Amino acid sequence: MSELRSDLAIISNWIAPGSRVLDLGCGDGTLLDYLKRERDVDGYGLEIDPDNIVACIKRGVSVIQSDLDAGLSDYFDDASFDYVVMSQTLQAMYYPSRLLSEMLRVGREGIVTFPNFGHWRARAQLALAGHMPLSRALPNQWYDTPNIHLCTLKDFEALCTRLDIEILQRSVVDTAHRSNFAISLLPNLLGELALYRFRRN
Amino acid sequence: MPESIPVDSVGLVTPQTHHFDQPLTLDCGRVLAQYDLIYETYGELNAAADNAILICHALSGDHHAAGYHSMDERKPGWWDSAIGPGKPIDTNRFFVVSLNNLGGCKGSTGPNTINPDTGKLWGPDFPIVTVRDWVESQARLANILGITQWAAVIGGSLGGMQVLQWAIDYPERLRHAVVIAAAPNLTAQNIAFNEVVRQALRSDPGFHEGRYAEHGVVPAHGLKIARMLGHITYLSDDAMRKKFGRELREGKISFGFDVEFQVESYLRYQGESFVDRFDANTYLLMTKALDYFDPAAAHGGDLSAALAHVQARFLVVSFTSDWRFAPERSREIVKALLDGDKPVSYAEVEAHHGHDAFLIPIPHYFDVFHSYMALIAQEVSP
Repeated sequence: MSELRSDLAIISNWIAPGSRVLDLGCGDGTLLDYLKRERDVDGYGLEIDPDNIVACIKRGVSVIQSDLDAGLSDYFDDASFDYVVMSQTLQAMYYPSRLLSEMLRVGREGIVTFPNFGHWRARAQLALAGHMPLSRALPNQWYDTPNIHLCTLKDFEALCTRLDIEILQRSVVDTAHRSNFAISLLPNLLGELALYRFRRN
Repeated sequence: MPESIPVDSVGLVTPQTHHFDQPLTLDCGRVLAQYDLIYETYGELNAAADNAILICHALSGDHHAAGYHSMDERKPGWWDSAIGPGKPIDTNRFFVVSLNNLGGCKGSTGPNTINPDTGKLWGPDFPIVTVRDWVESQARLANILGITQWAAVIGGSLGGMQVLQWAIDYPERLRHAVVIAAAPNLTAQNIAFNEVVRQALRSDPGFHEGRYAEHGVVPAHGLKIARMLGHITYLSDDAMRKKFGRELREGKISFGFDVEFQVESYLRYQGESFVDRFDANTYLLMTKALDYFDPAAAHGGDLSAALAHVQARFLVVSFTSDWRFAPERSREIVKALLDGDKPVSYAEVEAHHGHDAFLIPIPHYFDVFHSYMALIAQEVSP
């Protein structure tokens, strides 16, 4: 298979072989397909887009067409997964905090990734140019974007504290999904994409 | 009538009938000492006999699912859109079996066939059959055809209920279960509609307690009303509005009780054409099979427990505007399968056609269906 998108590669490195994974907003099923082949992982994807449903089925990924904003209680009992993953989807949810709690209701650990709104280029565009940020990580105009709940690393970590969520691992990368020394010094300023692994405290 | 057979059609087909001598004990306790099942097949069974697909029909369906019986036939089988070369159920890859269920009126043993014990038509004396009885009879047909395991059992509506029952009763005999526009049981509202259907049939002066054939009549009025009611519930409010609106047949109202609105004309036509092609006693039996279906009942209402031992992989499909077998009901099936960590995919197709959508080649629906079937095709021997 083709090389895995590198943020997905980071996620898959965090997932123990043989575990059960639920992928929220699983897209075309790339991650689950990879985890199934390479990590002997068993899991399901949740997805709302009809074309992605078809793509998942073509890959043999078990996918449930459903709206994440409606929550997970329709389908999943408490503690039914080892990991619940949500890749670049949190910022498009109506109720991100409710969904984070739901993730840790049905899963032992949660993994989320999101574009960092605190990146210096986003800050500069707002502060200096005076318009909503546009970048490779945030390509949509403000009036036509699925991203209704953007946040910074700081915001996300504050929410975790409020929800009594313990962050186990964090990775902050640039748009090429690489990390470097500078990013590790000033992640909220220099990181474009944030990845977190966490559990209930 | 087809001018010529379309290239993606299974072509001309001839039904076959198998006579079964082994008695079948039914859920109701009665025994059918012998019976016939009429069926059609499309495509070729491969040497490994692992490419067989069973089609389960819905309330008014039958064995004629695809192709044409003759060049004079006006329309192909009821699921011709899905079965044929290159179609979702690709007859270049699969061997497809479609039968008329017991109690039907299209050639399998049912109320309009002769009871060998009396030499007379069964009529209302035909026992009430259940979805489980059907599955049992279908399993016997599979034995006759040399099929120990279906690549998939597929059905919509009441057909989907048979698929569920198959997965429960014979977990090792099917690899895939495709359940379309179905439900784990009927809601009170659905049973209520069925009761109105039964009352319409049984209160027709021509019904004669089900012995209408002996009187040389048909309860045409009852059949017509039953079908009209059915049709209203198979469509959505939206679909009817789009199809008919308030359009008048003559362009103006005439202050009378003849057909005025197009929708009335449509319903009357549907009702009348049903009279010629369906049997009232069969209709009654089918509504009962629907009402009684409830595999969770044996497990204290726990559907997850009922599905705990299924081995098939599932594809479940529902349609947003289907209010007789609403998406919520399909989600119950999905949830129960997830409870048991069963492999399942679920598509909730945006469609305005109501319950009838399962017979319509809606692009997203058929993309999902086709993709899933293509995966199954990859698993079967060449």
